[in-house]
Amino acid sequence: MTYEPKTLKVVGTRPIRHDGADKVTGRANYGADFKLPGMLWGKVLRSPHAHARIRAIDVSKAKALPGVKAVITGGDMPMPDGGVTQAGESAINTQHLAKNLMARDKVLYDGHPVAAVAAISESIAREALDLIEVDYEILPHVIDVEEAMKPDAPLLHDDLFTQNVEPKPEKPSNVAQRIFVGKGDMEKGFSEADIVIERHFTTKPVHQGYIEPQACVANFAEDGQAVVWCSSQGQFLIRDLCVNMLGMEASDLKVIPAEIGGGFGGKTTVYLEPLALVLSHKAGRPVKMTMSRGEVFRSTGPTSGCAIRAKIGALRDGTIVAAEMDLKFQAGAFPGSPVGAAVMFATAPYDIPNLSITGWDVCVNVPKIHAYRAPGAPNGAFAFESVIDELARELNVDPIDLRAKNSVAEGSKAPYGPTHGPLGGLECLSAAKNHPHYKANLGPNQGRGVASGFWINIGGQSAATVVVNRDGTIALVEGCPDIGGTRASLAMMCAEVLGIEAEKVRPSVVDTTAIAFNDVTGGSRVTFATGKAVVEATEDAVRQMRERAAKMWDIEPDSVLWRDGAAHETGGEGRSLTIAQIASKAAKTGGQIMGHASINAAGAGPSLTTHMCDVEVDRETGRVTILRYTTVQDAGKAVHPSYVEGQMQGGAAQGIGWALNEEYIHDEQGRLLNAGFLDYRMPVASDLPMIDAVSGEVPNPNHPFGVRGVGEAPIVPPLAAISNAIYDATGVRMRDLPFSPPRVLAALEEAERAKG
Amino acid sequence: MPKIHVSTTVNGDTVEFLCETQETVLDVLRNTLGLTGTKEGCGTGDCGACSVLVDGRLVCGCLMLGVEAEGKEIVTVEGIGSPDRLHPVQQKFLEDAALQCGFCTPGFIVAAKALLDSNPEPTETEIRYWLAGNLCRCTGYDKIVRAVQDAALEMKGQQA
Ligand code: FES
Ligand code: FES
Repeated sequence: MTYEPKTLKVVGTRPIRHDGADKVTGRANYGADFKLPGMLWGKVLRSPHAHARIRAIDVSKAKALPGVKAVITGGDMPMPDGGVTQAGESAINTQHLAKNLMARDKVLYDGHPVAAVAAISESIAREALDLIEVDYEILPHVIDVEEAMKPDAPLLHDDLFTQNVEPKPEKPSNVAQRIFVGKGDMEKGFSEADIVIERHFTTKPVHQGYIEPQACVANFAEDGQAVVWCSSQGQFLIRDLCVNMLGMEASDLKVIPAEIGGGFGGKTTVYLEPLALVLSHKAGRPVKMTMSRGEVFRSTGPTSGCAIRAKIGALRDGTIVAAEMDLKFQAGAFPGSPVGAAVMFATAPYDIPNLSITGWDVCVNVPKIHAYRAPGAPNGAFAFESVIDELARELNVDPIDLRAKNSVAEGSKAPYGPTHGPLGGLECLSAAKNHPHYKANLGPNQGRGVASGFWINIGGQSAATVVVNRDGTIALVEGCPDIGGTRASLAMMCAEVLGIEAEKVRPSVVDTTAIAFNDVTGGSRVTFATGKAVVEATEDAVRQMRERAAKMWDIEPDSVLWRDGAAHETGGEGRSLTIAQIASKAAKTGGQIMGHASINAAGAGPSLTTHMCDVEVDRETGRVTILRYTTVQDAGKAVHPSYVEGQMQGGAAQGIGWALNEEYIHDEQGRLLNAGFLDYRMPVASDLPMIDAVSGEVPNPNHPFGVRGVGEAPIVPPLAAISNAIYDATGVRMRDLPFSPPRVLAALEEAERAKG
Repeated sequence: MPKIHVSTTVNGDTVEFLCETQETVLDVLRNTLGLTGTKEGCGTGDCGACSVLVDGRLVCGCLMLGVEAEGKEIVTVEGIGSPDRLHPVQQKFLEDAALQCGFCTPGFIVAAKALLDSNPEPTETEIRYWLAGNLCRCTGYDKIVRAVQDAALEMKGQQA
């Protein structure tokens, strides 16, 4: 199914989302809103140490507390055979996941679960945790990625040998893997260059920061059948991870998706669900578990802190001839950082003939790193888009012109292999340059920064069912949790194909027994991939309705055309039948009408984006204020423009938080010091201006309406855009995130001193 | 743990409940009274997802004990608007797409209503500072601020 330009009546409009009223009245049920009769409360005991051996755990006192119905430790959790489960852009190693769910012999980070209880009230469950005695042998820990790579660093896993290095290492280390992407001849490339710039950058771990903490209810019946209610980015992923963890069969577990209060990649794995299932199994009653905010910070997410060296070589005329990067990423307690994506996409907005990019995946004593919106890409872009900005200044050319000169375009080859189809990099750059923002005047201590970003987007497996009701309305059944308006965008595509109003289509996100497998809501894939499935399923329903109309008229289906919500006879008497007229007779013409599609969508089509931002730097306090912010992004086709703008604005805001304030701060013992929203400071309304979101449209040839994913790319450019703006305002380069007031102030003072 | 008897008013109804001394108004609303529209994002007063009105004042439900509700009048998101008509703030949140995941939305609706009750014509800056106690991770606040501005206009129109 490919793109065809056509006149659209629904796609591109802004109807009220179908789940809207539920969400503004408090009716919508999120993860923690569900309860069952006889339900117990489950709680987790977590390690207070960054790295320690568990000598012994004594749960006898907790078990003896009246009201406690079950207590579990690592020994009660099965160890799966191994293998990986795909979760959006990341792959989850099931044995690592099992050890992350509940520590066995060692705890690997502050917050690592060591035991869990279920009791008749939350307060008894809490009291029981206090009665569990754990004997720890504290071990030296390491958090900084470069420290962790040293030969004498404290070792997290004694069976971890670096993959993809020659010769094969004989000693274990914290370095799980080396990843490399390259082409051309580096020596030749840099020797041709008139200018070479090489810089070092660092970032800290940052959290996805969804406002809804993880929560679930599990109910395990005596016959081995179980049900889980939870909020996640994919009910099928939760099912598969739980059954893999616990040695169940897929048909033993039904997962019912709740509404989800934000995920940003962080809810594409399990933390509580398998524990709740085991507790429920032991206690013979339903168990509810919810995380506190502190637990969310200490035990879920975050994304990697990293150290990056970036080197760029260019000719006088601005042609970039070579780029070399070395990216060291924290993986957290177990291997699997998003460094691979950083390696592939850091330079991806540009067509560079000689490239050498190396990534390192390094275990450290923080929670297992998990996906966060365009995982890995913001880190890589921070470094590369900063050196591009330096290059533009060295060459004294406009930073947008420099980017345009080197931009990828249709037909250029991506650093990671394939040749690009149509994509909107140049369109974004020119829209940014022509935007009034780019020409607006700046005051003293104010500066403007520009950066671009690239994200690949994914397709994947999606299914949809289109049920035609007897009155001509439609039930649209799908399997991807709606985090930001996808019920609306999918219903709109269904309505477009049928030729009816979006309001006549009622979309539902259903449980794992009500539709075929769907990949997660992640990778910016739902409006693209599930959208394709919806279009196919709707076309299937249309085909059936044309056949029914033909039957009713006693003519050939080929003589029936579908237009504006009705079947039309092409010749003859020119009769027509509405959906309701066809559907109300369905019992007599062959049974009820239902279209279906189950696909594995390819050809997602990358998103390119350019951001620009104006900052003002307070030289007395080091505070950076965002004065103005504009994002330009190629959405392919914005199905519901308001929600496309929302993705761009929200991604930019997250990037602004990452740039200016957010970071994990650890004490000497490796304990997280800022495990709450007061000290882990995310942007609030008064920190931000309006964010102008301009959506360009270079249609994706692989989608019937030209859709590309939009959700992730907007978090890629802000880090560098803001760093570049701070430089423009002050002449000081910030290469270590975040640009919090103390750091900016120190950098300004240092610059003053250097001036003498 | 002994429980304490509390009588209060919630969304206009007289309500009695028993609660443990450490339970918050948020715990009571969600777990005892089944009013799960009010959300918990942090439990420490930092996110505003639990915003409710207590005797007309905007309060974090997670920072007030259940026993302190004695004799008070509480309004939650479930008590805003009427069965036949959404409150203008709710309506504008829908029209302006001021929610993505919607988890912060009940808190913002309650906080915005409180703002417009006390200040019918707020400036953009006043809106941004008033709502600074409510975290939204999805929207970047742009559409939320616009929805509150539009609701203010709408309410002014209704009065005229
Ligand atoms: S839950 Fe009350 S402020 Fe966050
Ligand atoms: S809409 Fe998701 S937190 Fe605000």
